[in-house]
Amino acid sequence: MGHPFRDVAIVGVHNTKQARVLEGHDSQSIALEAGLGAVADAGLEPRDIDGVVGGIASNFLFQSRIGPAWRSMSPLGIPAVIEGAMAIACGLANNVLIATGEAGSYRQHASTAPWTRPTNEFVAAYGMFTAAEFALMARRHMHMYGTTPESMAHVAATIRNNGHVNPDAVYFGRGPFTAADVLESRMVADPFHLLDCAMTSEGGTALVLTRADRTEDTAKTPVFLLGGGTDHFGPSYQHPPVWDLGGVRRPDLVAGLVGRRAAEEAFAAAGLGPSDVDVCEFYDPFSFELIRQFEAFGFCAEGEGGDYVMSGVIEPGGRHPITTDGGTMSFSHGGASVQLFQRVIRGVQQLRGECISSQVHGAEVAMCTGGGSGALFTDVLLLGKDRP
Amino acid sequence: MSLLVPQAGDIPLPQPGPLSEPYWQGCREGVLRFQRCLDCSAATHTPALLCAACASRSLEWVESSGQGEIYSWTRVWRPVTPAFLTPYVPIIVAMDEGWFILSNLVGCEGDAVAIGKRVEVVFHPSGGTDDIFLPYFQLVS
Repeated sequence: MGHPFRDVAIVGVHNTKQARVLEGHDSQSIALEAGLGAVADAGLEPRDIDGVVGGIASNFLFQSRIGPAWRSMSPLGIPAVIEGAMAIACGLANNVLIATGEAGSYRQHASTAPWTRPTNEFVAAYGMFTAAEFALMARRHMHMYGTTPESMAHVAATIRNNGHVNPDAVYFGRGPFTAADVLESRMVADPFHLLDCAMTSEGGTALVLTRADRTEDTAKTPVFLLGGGTDHFGPSYQHPPVWDLGGVRRPDLVAGLVGRRAAEEAFAAAGLGPSDVDVCEFYDPFSFELIRQFEAFGFCAEGEGGDYVMSGVIEPGGRHPITTDGGTMSFSHGGASVQLFQRVIRGVQQLRGECISSQVHGAEVAMCTGGGSGALFTDVLLLGKDRP
Repeated sequence: MSLLVPQAGDIPLPQPGPLSEPYWQGCREGVLRFQRCLDCSAATHTPALLCAACASRSLEWVESSGQGEIYSWTRVWRPVTPAFLTPYVPIIVAMDEGWFILSNLVGCEGDAVAIGKRVEVVFHPSGGTDDIFLPYFQLVS
């Protein structure tokens, strides 16, 4: 049997303008802008799209009158990309548009963003939100391995400096930052300072997948899905985020290592390993998550992630540069789902060689991720320039 | 410094459902309950239909000693909503019977928190009625 995604290619990607506030937009309108941008980036017309992913993409489906068409309601990042790819691989659609956006849903900042706040009866009364959920994971790691706030701050400064030099980032020009700047910012949820955390913003994003044998008709260099996987333990933010939470089938794969199975599957499908990854477009809700992901994915041993990120590998020019557009800390965190696609968008841009900042020269393989331990899920997608 | 206290503001309160009502009824009575499997004896929390260890449906509600040790913690300075007074200290407690609970630490200074410290449950009426008593934890002196 051939590679499951041999006949699938990503041929269009687009981020709309990202901003703290996008005046004149709501979530529907900015998602539509994103979808049109991705279709144009692919060199296609809306009428070429015969499949859409995401509830909000239904609006694109209706407005452009491309129905009847295949539709999935999968909303959250990499699983949606994999589902779109499966639709093409299974012959259910030829050109799939995945689009989302968020604007106007969070502009009063007295409370944390609505997507950060669980409503569950066993956590909400205790003042939980995403920073606290992830902090409980980080604190356990610090206890087990002696991981330091300085190593987390180094991650945050590195990502924020990628955004500082990216003209498309919401926080373009807001740096440069040192680890000391991060450590001196006000405490949000110990051990996370303000600059260890994602921001909130607005924006849209979209991508187009097509059948690999049709890429002669598309505008840009196709990018291929070498492998992917999704690791989930259940609903996010409803149960205590316990590092040692394990499952009955693989008790070694505890929640603190969530993403390991997904990475193993992705690397196996690709015939690659961590040393083959040229760009680490890792999801960055909080600085600690990158330390954890390097351990979970096998770039370094468990407990060594703190030293690993301090060893010169994650900066521009390092062997495994991270989150090269500034991520959710500096590029954008557009809501409940937008940013969960944007590691894939950036991975595609890196492999095309079209990044206007922090381009990794000659990049052949990008590893894109979403989620995190505090949310009890991590998704992985390996992208490459060569058809698998 | 100031003593950590239970939240007194208009915080989001649990709305017990059919599965969780025995848990919250226990809290009203000053008893912390969890589910134990009649087949394999494993402990389960949060309230569930299935045993977390063997997926048996034969679960019974039993009383916890209310004692355990701090497994992880954070101290929050940016409140989730303005109703929460800061700082507050979310903790995960590893209960002596082998289950985990999320709560807040109260009754001590915020910087007294540490992984491994012994804690015990205390109940506080919340929301201005007798409907909900939230379990909090305090250090065992």
